[in-house]
Amino acid sequence: MTPEELRRLAESHEEARPEPRHRIKICVAAGCLSAGSDRVREALQNEIAQRGLESECEVKGVGCLGLCTAGPLMLVEPDGVMYQGVTEQDAPAIVESLGKKPVEQLVCPSDMSFFTKQYKIVLENSGVIDPEKIEDYIARDGYTALARVLEEMTPQEVIDEITRSGLRGRGGAGYPTGLKWSTVAKAGGSRKFVICNADEGDPGAFMDRSVLESDPHRVLEGMAIAAYAVGASQGFLYVRAEYPLAVKRLRTAIRQAERLGLLGNNICGTTFSFHVDIRLGAGAFVCGEETALIASIEGKRGQPRPRPPYPAEYGLWGYPTLINNVETFANVAPIIRNGGDWFASIGTEKSKGTKVFALAGRVRNTGLIEVPMGITLREIIFDIGGGIPDGHRFKAVQTGGPSGGCIPEQYLDMPVDYESLAKVGSIMGSGGMIVMDETSCMVDVAKFFMDFCVSESCGKCVPCRVGTAQMYHLLNKITSGEATMEDLALLEELCDMVKYTSLCGLGQTAPNPVLSTLQYFREEYIAHIVDKQCPAGVCQMRQ
Amino acid sequence: MNQPVRVKTLKIDDRDVSGREDETILEVARQNGIFIPTLCNLEGLTPIGACRLCLVEIKGVSRLLPACVTRVEEGMEVYTQSERLQKYRRMVLELLFSERNHICSVCVVNGHCELQNMAQILGMTHVSVPYRFPRLPVDASHERFVVDHNRCILCTRCVRVCDEIEGAHTWDVMGRGIDSRVITDLSQPWGESETCTSCGKCVNVCPTGALFEKGKPVSERLKKRQFLPYLTMMREERR
Ligand SMILES: Cc1cc2nc3c(=O)[nH]c(=O)nc-3n(C[C@H](O)[C@H](O)[C@H](O)COP(=O)(O)O)c2cc1C
Ligand code: SF4
Ligand code: SF4
Ligand code: SF4
Ligand code: FES
Ligand code: FES
Repeated sequence: MTPEELRRLAESHEEARPEPRHRIKICVAAGCLSAGSDRVREALQNEIAQRGLESECEVKGVGCLGLCTAGPLMLVEPDGVMYQGVTEQDAPAIVESLGKKPVEQLVCPSDMSFFTKQYKIVLENSGVIDPEKIEDYIARDGYTALARVLEEMTPQEVIDEITRSGLRGRGGAGYPTGLKWSTVAKAGGSRKFVICNADEGDPGAFMDRSVLESDPHRVLEGMAIAAYAVGASQGFLYVRAEYPLAVKRLRTAIRQAERLGLLGNNICGTTFSFHVDIRLGAGAFVCGEETALIASIEGKRGQPRPRPPYPAEYGLWGYPTLINNVETFANVAPIIRNGGDWFASIGTEKSKGTKVFALAGRVRNTGLIEVPMGITLREIIFDIGGGIPDGHRFKAVQTGGPSGGCIPEQYLDMPVDYESLAKVGSIMGSGGMIVMDETSCMVDVAKFFMDFCVSESCGKCVPCRVGTAQMYHLLNKITSGEATMEDLALLEELCDMVKYTSLCGLGQTAPNPVLSTLQYFREEYIAHIVDKQCPAGVCQMRQ
Repeated sequence: MNQPVRVKTLKIDDRDVSGREDETILEVARQNGIFIPTLCNLEGLTPIGACRLCLVEIKGVSRLLPACVTRVEEGMEVYTQSERLQKYRRMVLELLFSERNHICSVCVVNGHCELQNMAQILGMTHVSVPYRFPRLPVDASHERFVVDHNRCILCTRCVRVCDEIEGAHTWDVMGRGIDSRVITDLSQPWGESETCTSCGKCVNVCPTGALFEKGKPVSERLKKRQFLPYLTMMREERR
């Protein structure tokens, strides 16, 4: 398929279905599905059929619209009205109102800053296209980047474009993507692999799942471009089995792309071939670590191994392997389409582009957001998130999940980029963002994340296996009012030791939530230990 | 066939040493009589870098690297004895002692235990973290051998020797984190194992009293580990 043919396909897709007068786009991503959006969809379809309006009115399932807590969400076009919290019973009223006055009590104000302050690149098709229809994706310029790359660019030119964009890995560490690609490209041998890391195990995070559910072709296109650039012909998508909807849509997407010759042998009629297979993970957090993930695909126990050698040199079955995160791959096609310079013009000096966050906790609007790098925490939490509900006060925001830390009020005006977050003891991580108010106990928060690390440690190395268990024990002692100041000193020693001696990133970062809460909220630890009380009234004191 | 092997020169604890490019820091240090403590490592088995006792500092590298799996490089400056390293090593040992029930006075290998030796050599005088005292089973179903999980340090030497040298792969690890445990076959009693050849290799490589032979006095329970390098060498020769 040439770019010209793609264009024609996109056009014929539009022509084949004359624009219906009304189109209802209803979110069928996991969040809204669990709130019953499939039933609403059916009710709407029945209602339309009953009134004989099929030719005028179409109901379309789309990916995540972002404001997941207000789901099920839907968008009525061309009226441009967004509805929230819709139920089956609302179907008649909605159909009745088409082209007239919207159903007042369901309206979700789409001019609120939740929507207007975002900048969508990764999520540009989310909530717009039907994730199960490749034609929808193609109609939005899908696969043109791949076709162009194959037709007009050398692998080196592709790598240069990605390097120029300044894109950094979205899986946590922020490693420069162009540099990683060129390392794999330079590695010798004729056999290489591309892996998409869709394990996403951070508690509360669902960015990658949402991208896969809402726009699966976007990820496949990014992988294919990467494969061409580094010289791989086989790819794997490592998805956790807890994401059945994402897996189903990926399977559909792979089949559709193969049928159109956009994946498989001789893509777009060129000599380039690329096959993608899905591998299911059993849901161990550590399997997101790249060497553990590779072991898992190889059919071994999912445990990390010491690096170097890095996967770029010695990866899947010993062959050079490129491994990137879902969101990283999702950024590739737009970079090729619009140019690296375009991408580099968004964001900050060292952190380019946008970042998707799962905004959760004590904010009015929780859900999935995409913002330009460099936006401040205050803008995210108070403008997009709508601030803290119920008259409470902001206390801290936790970023980066179990590898990250808690950021206190004094840094609210700090720009969100890799370096700034690291400077205050947290990290970008994969994009979990949990807002806390004064009803949260910071020792309890640290304990929550330590508990997570204890149960997710793979058990291979001593500092992480035993050290995290000992740290959890000490935190538990503190929150139950049984600890002494010596225990606190011991806790700090263990933090240092586990951080610097563990084998993989899990152990190396497990102490971060403790360290950052100790840095900014030390007095809360002291209150638990000396005064035997929990300032936030969360912990149980046995006094 | 004979590819030239490049030799690298480096410094370990300010001493000039040299090593082949495929040698690790640990190997070169040992050749030069420089002591780096190890537990999971055993010559002849694939190194895994799990116990973290052999961590060393390398000038210009912010991370600490395990000597057992890190290859030598030209111009490297390695430090093996810094105060920081010694403190971490003692803490690794303390964590190991706290993890299970290491009651040396009643142990079958008291006096010949690598964990115990290491504690003496590294000057570990007490355990500052609380003992966890887990309840763990002992499996004496095998006609000749016993596995006592109370003394296992999860070094996986048994797993590796059985898989890589004997080729039986009777041992593996089950569970994760602090709940990890070595198992025979699919977590069946050792005595019922269909794969175990009763060769005794695992018992000989086990650094502690976790694996031991039935009915032998302590004096005869010295473990024999010299056979491993020999076996691996013979294999390489045949290739
Ligand atoms: C314990 C642990 C868990 C991880 N989990 C994930 C994950 O779920 N998804 C992911 O993309 N990267 C995860 N990573 C990071 C990956 O190892 C790797 O750095 C990343 O996939 C590289 O892709 P990127 O360069 O596009 O970010 C994890 C790392 C560690 C240490
Ligand atoms: S740090 Fe933890 S998860 Fe990583 S290898 Fe060690 S025990 Fe396993
Ligand atoms: S006795 Fe030999 S075969 Fe049996 S478990 Fe030990 S090493 Fe494996
Ligand atoms: S049984 Fe012995 S050799 Fe096997 S893991 Fe435990 S301590 Fe190591
Ligand atoms: S799942 Fe429907 S808006 Fe996110
Ligand atoms: S000997 Fe190197 S980590 Fe155990």
